[in-house]
Amino acid sequence: MSFAVELTISILLLLGGLFVLVGSIGLLRLKDIYVRLHAPTKATTLGLGGILAASMVFLFVQRGYLSINELLITLFLVITAPVTAHILAKVAMHLEVAPVPHTKNKHLLATAREQQPPQLDNEQDTEKDA
Amino acid sequence: MSLLQRIMPMPLHTLLLLIVWLMINSTLSVGHILLGSVLGIAIPLLCAPLRVPQPSIKRPLKLVKYVLIVLKDVVVANIEVAILVVGPMRRIKPGFVAVPLDLTDTLPITVLASTVTMTPGTVSADVSFDRKWLYVHVLNMPENEQDIIDLIKQRYESRVKEIFAC
Repeated sequence: MSFAVELTISILLLLGGLFVLVGSIGLLRLKDIYVRLHAPTKATTLGLGGILAASMVFLFVQRGYLSINELLITLFLVITAPVTAHILAKVAMHLEVAPVPHTKNKHLLATAREQQPPQLDNEQDTEKDA
Repeated sequence: MSLLQRIMPMPLHTLLLLIVWLMINSTLSVGHILLGSVLGIAIPLLCAPLRVPQPSIKRPLKLVKYVLIVLKDVVVANIEVAILVVGPMRRIKPGFVAVPLDLTDTLPITVLASTVTMTPGTVSADVSFDRKWLYVHVLNMPENEQDIIDLIKQRYESRVKEIFAC
């Protein structure tokens, strides 16, 4: 395996690892469950993407064919990650988990929990519908 | 024709299942093609009664463009969120917004909600029962919350609407 290939794989692995690490740090540091949702849904997708890309490059050079399992993993991840985040947010709202105090528009939580249209924003937003 | 339709109520899904099966096993051997075909026929047969009619994709080319835009945004989102997460916590001003939806069918709304979750600083939290409002949690709220609503509506919703032509 040539140096250039090894370098590419290393960079991809490091980048991937870095983003997964940042995602985990986010889980630890952020203050409430709604904010925490942002870290794993985003940081990890690119992190895993980097690691999977490294795996594809490695297998391509090592065995000479393009491995497509990695593409499938990416596809499944992209499909499932938003659904998980959505369910977690829903559960948090149903359990009335309080957001951090300086969250804007906290009144929306009440209507969102009941899956009703928002009340106060109606006038200013309906004009956008057109 | 009708017999073929009865065996394969969703021909596209049958083909897709076969392709995914072959991809998972990364092979093109006859045995796996047979097994994949059996699965590809059996699974849609079992799932057909559960199916809710959905609008079909009218403009596949627009879909390709949309996927590329979203991919680019995912990369940007990752870097933005990474910087926010590592930086000082008090810089983060979270908030909720309700985005009025023009889409009416569940599949386009699902696509939009998933896109919103994958892209910069926003996670979709819930949809109102009448499917007119999408509740979104914003990681870092700009001064004017209308900005974020406009961004979601113009950048993503209008494109989803074009793809499904609804």
